Amino acid sequence: MPPCREDSDSHASLARFSVPFSAILFLKFARLIRFIPALAVTLGLVIACSFPCVCPAAEPAATPDEAHPVVVPMPAAAPTEIRAADTPDDNGESITVSWVLSADDVPATGTVTGYAIMRCATPDGAYEQVSTAPAQAQEYLDTSVDQGVQYYYKVGAMCGDLVSLSAVVGPVAARQQWLDTRVINLLVIALILIGAIMWYVFQAGKGKKLFIRRIAGIEAVDEAVGRATEMGKPILFIPGIQDMDNVQTVAGLTILASVGKLAAQYETKLDVPVSRSLVMSTARETLKQAYLSVGRPDLYSDDMAYYVTDEQFGYVAAVDGIMVREKPATCFYMGAFFAESLILAETGNSVGAIQIAGTAMPTQLPFFVAACDYTLIGEELFAASAYLSKDAKMIGSLKGQDVGKGIAMFFILLGSIVATVASVSGNSSAAAFSDWLSNLFRLNF
Amino acid sequence: MFFKVQIPLIITFIVGAALVIAMFVPHFPFYEANENFSIYFDLIAVFAFILGGGNLLKIHGDRIWRKGRDWKYSIVTVVGFLAMLIVGTLKIGGPPGFTGDVSASDSWFGFMYYSMFVPLQSTMFSLLAFFVASASYRAFRAKTKEATMLLVAAFIILIGRTPLGHYVTGWLPPQLQFLHIPNLSNWILSVPSMAGQRAIMIGIALGIISTSLKLILGIERSYLGGESK
Amino acid sequence: MADDRPDKEQSSRPRKGVIDVLKAIDRRIIFLLITLGVVLPLIFHLVFSVRTSPIVQAIFDKMESLPPGSKVLVSFDYAPSTVPENQPMAEAICRHALAKDFKVYMMAVWATGPPQVDALVTNVIERDFPGKVYGKDWINLGYKAGNQGLINAILLDLKGMYTTDVHGDPIDGFEMMRDVQNLADMSLIVCIGSGFPGVREWVQFAGDPGRIPVAGGVTAVEAPLLYPYYPRQLLGLMGGLQGAAEYESALVLKYPQYKEHAEQAVRLMGPQTVAHLVIIAFVIIGNIAYFGERSRQKRAKKA
Repeated sequence: MPPCREDSDSHASLARFSVPFSAILFLKFARLIRFIPALAVTLGLVIACSFPCVCPAAEPAATPDEAHPVVVPMPAAAPTEIRAADTPDDNGESITVSWVLSADDVPATGTVTGYAIMRCATPDGAYEQVSTAPAQAQEYLDTSVDQGVQYYYKVGAMCGDLVSLSAVVGPVAARQQWLDTRVINLLVIALILIGAIMWYVFQAGKGKKLFIRRIAGIEAVDEAVGRATEMGKPILFIPGIQDMDNVQTVAGLTILASVGKLAAQYETKLDVPVSRSLVMSTARETLKQAYLSVGRPDLYSDDMAYYVTDEQFGYVAAVDGIMVREKPATCFYMGAFFAESLILAETGNSVGAIQIAGTAMPTQLPFFVAACDYTLIGEELFAASAYLSKDAKMIGSLKGQDVGKGIAMFFILLGSIVATVASVSGNSSAAAFSDWLSNLFRLNF
Repeated sequence: MFFKVQIPLIITFIVGAALVIAMFVPHFPFYEANENFSIYFDLIAVFAFILGGGNLLKIHGDRIWRKGRDWKYSIVTVVGFLAMLIVGTLKIGGPPGFTGDVSASDSWFGFMYYSMFVPLQSTMFSLLAFFVASASYRAFRAKTKEATMLLVAAFIILIGRTPLGHYVTGWLPPQLQFLHIPNLSNWILSVPSMAGQRAIMIGIALGIISTSLKLILGIERSYLGGESK
Repeated sequence: MADDRPDKEQSSRPRKGVIDVLKAIDRRIIFLLITLGVVLPLIFHLVFSVRTSPIVQAIFDKMESLPPGSKVLVSFDYAPSTVPENQPMAEAICRHALAKDFKVYMMAVWATGPPQVDALVTNVIERDFPGKVYGKDWINLGYKAGNQGLINAILLDLKGMYTTDVHGDPIDGFEMMRDVQNLADMSLIVCIGSGFPGVREWVQFAGDPGRIPVAGGVTAVEAPLLYPYYPRQLLGLMGGLQGAAEYESALVLKYPQYKEHAEQAVRLMGPQTVAHLVIIAFVIIGNIAYFGERSRQKRAKKA
């Protein structure tokens, strides 16, 4: 029970008792000491006992007895400056209610235990409590509103069971916004990147030659398929363990199309065990088209791409078993992988296969780099389809990505230099610029 | 060909564009589209389980019937698949039967999960310990300066991630604490390693944007069984 | 007279030197030595003392600073495969929270999380805190699908998503849920994770927007990806078995009464240390073989 201000009844009784006591004291001491000190002492006693006092929180509550009656709590001061507004940058799901703290909301006293958020559809109706906010809070997000409906709010400071309500504020309604202003910076960057990619795709479509560097892993695909053909052993292709909603899986399947064409041309057996049913369907369509495009539909079979299991380690156990029994000459790992990456790569190495891996999972790249012959790192996986198809528009999109990288490198360099200068020199302008740059790329969800 | 390629491309474009716009426009219908399409995908993926399960039974059943290569392993696969499916669907053993909790502690499914599935999963995961050793032995060679630096960093982190790191360099005076192996290990992980990872992640993000744009605009269509345009 | 010259066929076959042996060690020998390196320390109880690093100490200090009755949410976002790394972290955190008389809210964003909660209840609550009451001191909210969408939703309205606990009982019937509306009512969120969704999603969708302190415990492979979030968005991080051992060390130092059951990860640091030394030894052997082979080739060229 928080200590509240005490009333003056107890002090009134003490004041009544102090007057005759002081008189007796005066008579006693007047003979022995000077008049003025005695009067001062007497007056001091009367004054001290007559004024009511505010009990500090540190003092323990007195045990009730006849001389010290039970303290009656009083309500805390109500919060002020209540505001209620539609929460910006959302889809009309909430209203933000804010207020200035109650004058009694002081952490040391603990008088205010929280704030009650009261709401009604009319200003004079029966307000219901929708929620509470803790002490020291100055804002509450009411998410239980209906869109477009007008509400009125009051906020009450709670002191035990007592609530001091503020004035009414309203009407306010939650509405949807057309633009989320918190992500404007992201929108600008996205538009720049999309514009750059589309520009280079357009340029490539017009016949402009664009230079892209060699990637050893992609150039080794031909050699790897040829090796399997010479050895008379199958090719194993793993398109990752994620579903079709992962871009890496789609990138892996686009590479499967190119590998499928080569396998069809060389009449090499191709095995594609997959971890997701949707990937199985897509892989089948991809392979069917690939075999058809090189005029070898007779070599295609639906059983080339088959489902194993969704479970990560069950899948890798099955694939390991396939590797150990079938002993493929070439293994492709193209897609999203997790902990199973090293298990697959080491097993492939133990059966003597040439291994080409590609993934955009940063945690798995070191394992593939250590255990495979060639590794496509990150974006090289997404670039592989452009390389293998040699399609001009696809190659153009790679150049567009480079614009993004250029922008990133510029701002990283600029930010590093500015932050270093600000830190070393203590220059306030440099510090302000560094903060501005940092906020420029911050997403304020 | 129109139905096989063009209609999926139109659907891809509309849905892809709507979901990109939903990132910036929290207004109807984009916000709802964002929420609903992920649910739609989950629903489709769940129904696709039936497709996958059927394919599994078909391939292995065929192999058993023909007594094809390694057909005995296929029996294990089919028996395991059907056992878990039947026990889990019928909720055998657990209270109060068919309407009960599939993973109740005294259910058969719970028993199979804890005594078979979990140990098998842990066993496969533990293979990593062995394969890390064999991969390290084979791959970590000081062939170049960069490879040597990688090797030294690997040693520091291998020692730093164990209590041994404190014992080896714990005697260093305060002025040389930056050479204390756990401190060096944390520095390597949080500065140069993190810088490299961030660079890779920036490249990956740009690659995902480019690939997604190609998919949405129909430039990349090999996953549909069509040639790229 | 007998011809005592060495047989020509034998002399034409090169003899296997030390370098040849070292550069082609059978992987099964490596596996055997790793097995011994893990099993022997377990058998002989090889235990090292573990010192707590600042990034783990930050979580411990935060827990120590919270008053009794504080609400702590623990999310179990890992699978059985990472139990050896993640379960000791979860148990250490929950043991600490219950020792400090916090209200512990357990949930999972991974479907494989609830069995780990059950294991924790058996190993920690029933063993060390039998007096703790379900619904008053701790509660199991169970698993809900939705990944980061779920986290986003419960940031604003927890009871809207969790209308019942894991056993199907109405949520409002529990004493410790009465004054909880959403994640903002939590004093601390601790995510024990091993992938997606995990610690990063809790930081991005709960910690940052809700300004709620978030701490994490992840596998060793994931830990480096989360260092950028420390210390502003992530108040502390337990990385791998080492991180779990460090937290257990700090816990047992302050609360020695839990020493018997609270040192799982500390006991496993012995095998981890020896296994790391075996790996280092093989890397050194491989490099000796590599440099030996290189100098042999140089000598052969000169000759």
